[in-house]
Amino acid sequence: MATSTRALEAIDVTDPSARPPGPGLVYQWLTTVDHKKIGLMYIVYALLFLVIGGVQAMLMRIQLAVPNNHFIGPQTFNRLFTVHGTTMIFFVAVPVLFGFGNYLIPLMIGARDMAFPRLNAFSFWLSAFGGVLLYLSYFAGSGLYGAGSAPDVGWFAYAPLTSKVFSPGHSTDYWTLAVLLSGVGTTGTAVNIVATAFCMRCKGMTLMRMPLLVWLYIVASCMVFVAVSPLTTAQIMLCLDRYLGSHFFDTQAGGSAVLWMHFFWIFGHPEVYILILPTFAFINEIVPVFSRKAIFGYPAMVAASVGIGFVSLSVWAHHMFTVGMGPAGNTFFVFSTMVVSVPTGIKVFNWLATIWGGKVIYRVPMLFSVAFLFQFLVAGLTGIMLSAAPFDWQLSASYFVVAHFHYVIVGGILFSLFAAFYYWYPKMTGRMMSERLGKWHFWLFVIGFHLTFDFMHIPGLLGMPRRIYTYEAGRGWELWNFIVGVGAFVQGVATLIFVYNLVQSYFRGKEAGPDPWDAWTLEWATTSPPPDYNFAIEPTATSARPLWDLKHPEDQDSSYE
Amino acid sequence: MTQTTAIPISADEQPWILPNKGIVGMWCLIAAEAAIFMIFVVAYVYYLGKSLSGPTPAQVLELPILGTICLLSSSLTVHAAVTALRKGAVRRCTLALAATVVLGSAFLLTTAKEWHHLIYEIGLTIRTNLFGTTYFSLVGLHATHVVVGLLLLTAALLFSLSGRVTEHHAERLEVLSLYWHFVDAVWVVVFLVVYVIGR
Amino acid sequence: MLCGTPIPRTGFMGRMATVRLLPACLLLLSCRFASASSPTSIFDPAATPAHSIFTLSMLVLSVTLAIFLIVAGLLVYALIRFRQRPSDSEHEPAQIYGSNQIELSWTVIPILIVVMLFLTTTRVVWETEAANKPAAAVDVIVIGHQFWWEYRYPKLGIVTANELHIPTSDPRNPSPTYLEMSSADVSHSFWIPRLAGKMDLIPNRKNTMWVDPPEAGLYLGQCAQYCGTQHAKMLLRVQADSPSDFAAWVKKQQQIPAREIVGNPLAQEGRATFLRTACMSCHTVAGTSANGRFGPDLTHLADRDTIGSGPIKNTPENLRKWIADPNEMKPGSLMPSMHLNDHDLDTITAYLTTLH
Repeated sequence: MATSTRALEAIDVTDPSARPPGPGLVYQWLTTVDHKKIGLMYIVYALLFLVIGGVQAMLMRIQLAVPNNHFIGPQTFNRLFTVHGTTMIFFVAVPVLFGFGNYLIPLMIGARDMAFPRLNAFSFWLSAFGGVLLYLSYFAGSGLYGAGSAPDVGWFAYAPLTSKVFSPGHSTDYWTLAVLLSGVGTTGTAVNIVATAFCMRCKGMTLMRMPLLVWLYIVASCMVFVAVSPLTTAQIMLCLDRYLGSHFFDTQAGGSAVLWMHFFWIFGHPEVYILILPTFAFINEIVPVFSRKAIFGYPAMVAASVGIGFVSLSVWAHHMFTVGMGPAGNTFFVFSTMVVSVPTGIKVFNWLATIWGGKVIYRVPMLFSVAFLFQFLVAGLTGIMLSAAPFDWQLSASYFVVAHFHYVIVGGILFSLFAAFYYWYPKMTGRMMSERLGKWHFWLFVIGFHLTFDFMHIPGLLGMPRRIYTYEAGRGWELWNFIVGVGAFVQGVATLIFVYNLVQSYFRGKEAGPDPWDAWTLEWATTSPPPDYNFAIEPTATSARPLWDLKHPEDQDSSYE
Repeated sequence: MTQTTAIPISADEQPWILPNKGIVGMWCLIAAEAAIFMIFVVAYVYYLGKSLSGPTPAQVLELPILGTICLLSSSLTVHAAVTALRKGAVRRCTLALAATVVLGSAFLLTTAKEWHHLIYEIGLTIRTNLFGTTYFSLVGLHATHVVVGLLLLTAALLFSLSGRVTEHHAERLEVLSLYWHFVDAVWVVVFLVVYVIGR
Repeated sequence: MLCGTPIPRTGFMGRMATVRLLPACLLLLSCRFASASSPTSIFDPAATPAHSIFTLSMLVLSVTLAIFLIVAGLLVYALIRFRQRPSDSEHEPAQIYGSNQIELSWTVIPILIVVMLFLTTTRVVWETEAANKPAAAVDVIVIGHQFWWEYRYPKLGIVTANELHIPTSDPRNPSPTYLEMSSADVSHSFWIPRLAGKMDLIPNRKNTMWVDPPEAGLYLGQCAQYCGTQHAKMLLRVQADSPSDFAAWVKKQQQIPAREIVGNPLAQEGRATFLRTACMSCHTVAGTSANGRFGPDLTHLADRDTIGSGPIKNTPENLRKWIADPNEMKPGSLMPSMHLNDHDLDTITAYLTTLH
């Protein structure tokens, strides 16, 4: 279908000094509808909460470092793990990933902005307010246990623990409303992403010439429509139960606690795929550039991503293997969960094949990407273990599961995010981040990560359940919990180095220029940072790697399409 | 300081047509809203027959024929409005919009009447039993969407009456009509599940 | 393709490979070492369900380990073999866009592995959940509370709390214990790793599981579904008794404590105080007017090793401290402090220690 035309070069001129000085800085950022500024706000917002969530994690690890510890009491601990989980998922992972998407997608498709810039700003401020609301709960008053303090029902807030009877006061409502707002904001951003990707591509950029990052964000956004709504619905039902006396999850009136679980996990499982797909997106862009080879199997990668999107909507009850669904129900979800590993594995193999025969350059983005590949492999394999329902009957709700999902989220998503930071920071700020500090960050974080999350599997295998503020001596859990705590501190130090690098490089980093990595997608065809309008001349895409075509006129990708 | 970068362009002058972003955006919103309704419907179906006490659907529900006819006809009128506007027939469009608003409001009135009967004469509320919970939440959510749609349609009607609407706005009106068709489609599902199958 | 290139122990890639593979080895070693010294290890099965899970888990672990070694091995190889060297030319490497045959092969092989894992898993699921119930099975109804366990033996007329006694089961003539589980408040989960996988206790729902330990002994676990403030201290103690010991225990449990406590006036006074105050509205003691169901049955309290559902040893001092203020020993416990004076505390403690 695509006609193979040769790419021609034009000179895109940016003259920022010609622009008149705008209104005050704060006003500019508060009222902006520019996707780049909004993207940056999402990212900074998420970084703030990452640090807060990390501190919460370290407090919990101190409490658990020795058995029967009295560092913090049960009420405080229960609030900590609830708020830690809620923060990390809804106010770190979602904003930072959609922030990167916001920043990159219009640039990568040669567009001027997102399809609905005002909706974009609205979605950001709504989500941001959700985060503020969650933390407001800490200050909203003390008094009766549970009344007006932070929520303590766990990040998945199982019924009927969340009913007015068992959670008096307003703590649960803070959770419900904060997450509800975040969900609505996320849905708005997802609408924007899909509309932008389908309706704003530059000339010549057919769907099969879009960077894989855009594809993955499309799939993730479509999943948002189908998956976030069940959570919104469940939360509306919970509010109706708590305030209007309805009986959705009221077991005394014949309601079902399991119904909440189904609704929550119909959201909750696709949610983690919504988080991992943008992660794959970053790897899809970074690994080829640092292997100096095109991604292996672009159509297969698209198919696998769409496949993951669909299949992951059918696996949710593997979080409920111990609920008593019966052998038929359990069998179905064993099957669907095992099946989703196939397209996921295809992606891993394609990355391997991309590296194979290439010329691997070990700059910091690639270091983090390589770590991601190994760690995601392990995380996927522990996931396969858990998909075997009987194994899950032992390990569900134990520290093995906690280790598994942190392996995915920290070892997978966070590492890939670090790679994305180091890779796109030059584009966003015009400065390179320090390689030296980056390497310190990398090695310290790898060591800390493995100390914590490799050894965290063991207490799970030895019978330690999750969400306990202390444990008995003599269960064999002591040594492992201690090591896990040490690793947490190492990661904390590494994160501080990262934050310092971010700030220091802004003022003293080497100037980056438009294309410091010799990359191939359109965001590198404009200045660093890009002007407000992104491109002075609308680019044309002649292949999936428009800049490769420019740089290699004798061997353009377009001749192979 | 001027900065320059190399940027790819092509000599080809083929037409480059992409879908309308309003339509794509509205379809996405419809997908999300459909998921919300699905979950309420699932809750409704799951709890059929499980109420521990109180009135059952068969005892208190009557087929809302009039309301349904009104609402479904309003889909036809709003479609007529869009078609008229595409051709530039603004007067006809205004009339069709007015008809849509009237029919939609009629539907809301029949719902209000039914609820008044259920709450004040039968004593069924959202907290009476599982049926009350799931019925009022599902039908209520739908009614809320009807209200929002009516507000938007009324705004469109007012713009049209004040002469501000032209042929160029046809696609935007189509986006609104898409939302309205969705609301009607949801009603078909609710009607079937609550009033036909569930009774 | 170079086959004989050794993985360098020095240099960047060597360090990477070491950091990657070292934790895996450490982990495996630690598992073996650790499970030997933990009373709640899933790798130390002591009943049929736990055995089935153990066997399945060994298969799954082997398969995933093999996959890891192959894929990680290839990855390490590629990362070392194809790294950029200073001697490299400026040219980009050959751009390979894909290969349908390769894509097919690494789609089909994982599908085959999935099918194999799925079939073996399904067999274990059905053989555990759809097992036939022998006639000699013992029935126990388990009801979860915030933060203690209620056990009722309907056919034996026994009600007890927090420490579950079950008979051992001879494999040639099985007499497993069937646990029918529900909850009086929020969701809980019953998990004794050495006996079986866990099963949730959910209000308004009945779940069933079974265990059949052939060896007598004490099996430990704890609540595995977050249920509120003291979820962490809702411990489980399952005592498997030989058939004769179990019969003796049942007989003891069926006895009703005497009205007169001979030779212990302190305890006698305690009994009167107990029945006069609010204790009786939450607790049951067979043969008295105390028939509360909100708290654990105390009829044979003195026979239990622990109080507070596991974390506190059952000694008179601890019992007295508990009654004085439960929230000090288990903050968030739903038993309120009764604000008894010292004398009443002494007498009630004395009474409760006579409840064998």
